[in-house]
Amino acid sequence: MSLTLPEIERLAHLARLHLSPAQALDAQQRLNGFFALVEQMQAVDTTGVEPLAHPAAALGDVALRLRPDVASEPNLREANQRSAPAVQDGLYLVPRVIE
Amino acid sequence: MSATSSTPTATAELHQMGVAELGAALSARQTSATEVAQHLLARAQAHRGLGAYLAQNEEATLAQAAAADARLAAGERGPLLGVPLAHKDVLVTRDFPTSAGSKILQGYRSPFDATVVARLAAAGAVTLGKLNCDEFAMGSGNDQSAYGPAHNPWDVARVPGGSSGGSAVAVAARLAPAATGTDTGGSIRQPASFCGITGIKPSYGRCSRYGLVAYASSLDQAGPMARSALDCALLLTAMAGPDPDRDSTSLEHPPEDYTRLLGQPWPGASAARPLQGLRIGLPREFFGPGCDADVLAAVRAALDECERLGATLLDIDLPRTELSIPAYYIIAPAEASSNLSRYDGVRYGHRAAEYGDLLELYKRSRSEAFGPEVQRRILLGTYVLSHGYYDAYYLKAQQIRRLIAQDFQAAFAHCDLIAGPVAPSVAWAIGAKTEDPLSAYLADIYTLPASLAGLPGLSLPAGFGAAAMPVGLQLIGNYLSEARLLQVAHQLQLVSDWHTRRPPGV
Repeated sequence: MSLTLPEIERLAHLARLHLSPAQALDAQQRLNGFFALVEQMQAVDTTGVEPLAHPAAALGDVALRLRPDVASEPNLREANQRSAPAVQDGLYLVPRVIE
Repeated sequence: MSATSSTPTATAELHQMGVAELGAALSARQTSATEVAQHLLARAQAHRGLGAYLAQNEEATLAQAAAADARLAAGERGPLLGVPLAHKDVLVTRDFPTSAGSKILQGYRSPFDATVVARLAAAGAVTLGKLNCDEFAMGSGNDQSAYGPAHNPWDVARVPGGSSGGSAVAVAARLAPAATGTDTGGSIRQPASFCGITGIKPSYGRCSRYGLVAYASSLDQAGPMARSALDCALLLTAMAGPDPDRDSTSLEHPPEDYTRLLGQPWPGASAARPLQGLRIGLPREFFGPGCDADVLAAVRAALDECERLGATLLDIDLPRTELSIPAYYIIAPAEASSNLSRYDGVRYGHRAAEYGDLLELYKRSRSEAFGPEVQRRILLGTYVLSHGYYDAYYLKAQQIRRLIAQDFQAAFAHCDLIAGPVAPSVAWAIGAKTEDPLSAYLADIYTLPASLAGLPGLSLPAGFGAAAMPVGLQLIGNYLSEARLLQVAHQLQLVSDWHTRRPPGV
């Protein structure tokens, strides 16, 4: 497994990251180094093994809970927007999306 | 200070007192929450060079202390009432900023407290501040914090471990009697080991993840870090318990008193040989050539002590131990890449100064403010989740995770708990692994298996290795066996003094 620079750039785009050429090169080297470590996984026969997504599922069945569909949170707009980079009149400001 | 107190506590010694001691002194009105808080705030200022704290708020701390003193004056009593502690900066707090060690959350103020923070506050604990950690808990040396490293008080040129490095420093340097930490792949146990303190990662789902800044949601778990198993048990009792409305993965098991077995012999054992009947499994894979000899010697000495107390040691196998590294470093970055997509420069956190369109706003804001290790893990996670690779990597890793969990169950058919080293070496020099993250990944090998399986794991001081640096003994129990782990650790601490040793000058 070896990732090319264009593949790294595509990944960066998917991850919404902007990499300089030097950073992309660094990422390429490090990710390819990591994949050497991962290869040993491919030798393991996992035919028919159920993936374990929730560790407690190893204990037994984990049922997803439902709660009543009622509003439980107060309106905290001001507190929530206290850490926003740009707000006006209670709205988040972003660059124009629709021309 | 109570006028009737017969043995007033000298202010100069308050920082040497652990949670249980402080709780008793506060209950007896030999000191006040305000006096203890003031003393520890001043101590934190005097030791800023350790890099333990990222944020303090004297006004909020003293207000919490005054409230605890009022409850004490009204006759209320509780083991944590008025006891100060500090929180890892990945647990959100209303009264203190929360950065998760990242520039992207610099100055972020949460509108609410994490459930574990709220539970400790309800028990009367007073918050001293927020503790340094690797950015988004991604690291094992605290050298990936955007706000600079934390320093190991046993040797300030060495890392304290990570990602809960600031928590371990604060406890070991006596800046706080206890702290919260979070553990995704070893982030409570390894810094506890490196700094000579006690820490426990509970079973996955024991402590609510509500308000825990998400790294890898199927692995993240909060837990206490303190100087003894007793103090950890006191904190865990307050922290753990179901939170069904706010954390869908929170276990429904009722709250427990994790101190209930402390001081009791193992079932069927006598007080003279309190661990008689306890079978401790030693995974061959944890005692191989990959572990430094000085670490193994200290771990063996602690296990000899267990034997003297009556425990039986037996060899077991965890054959897929090595596979836990690739499995973890696929699952955790995959979940991280998804969790960290919320940092977009719009709703909170850093926004780039210059951008054209919305896409560029996202990209520049994220790239400017995420550190290099976080960006690497996001890229890795994005890759393993991308079309065409999901089955080969993510699914495969989840299948191996199942096999690792099954290996533990097979082992627990022969033993009651598993013991081994926490890490293959003592704390390394700051900077030694910063440029070589792969070598740091490999050093996680003994903590990752229990994390992947969701099992509880505890680290307690087990003496010293190379350069007189602390070594931890890891105890891994089956699901929901925290009280048993703490019982065994406490028995060991009743007959040993490793946990009472202090770093030079502390």
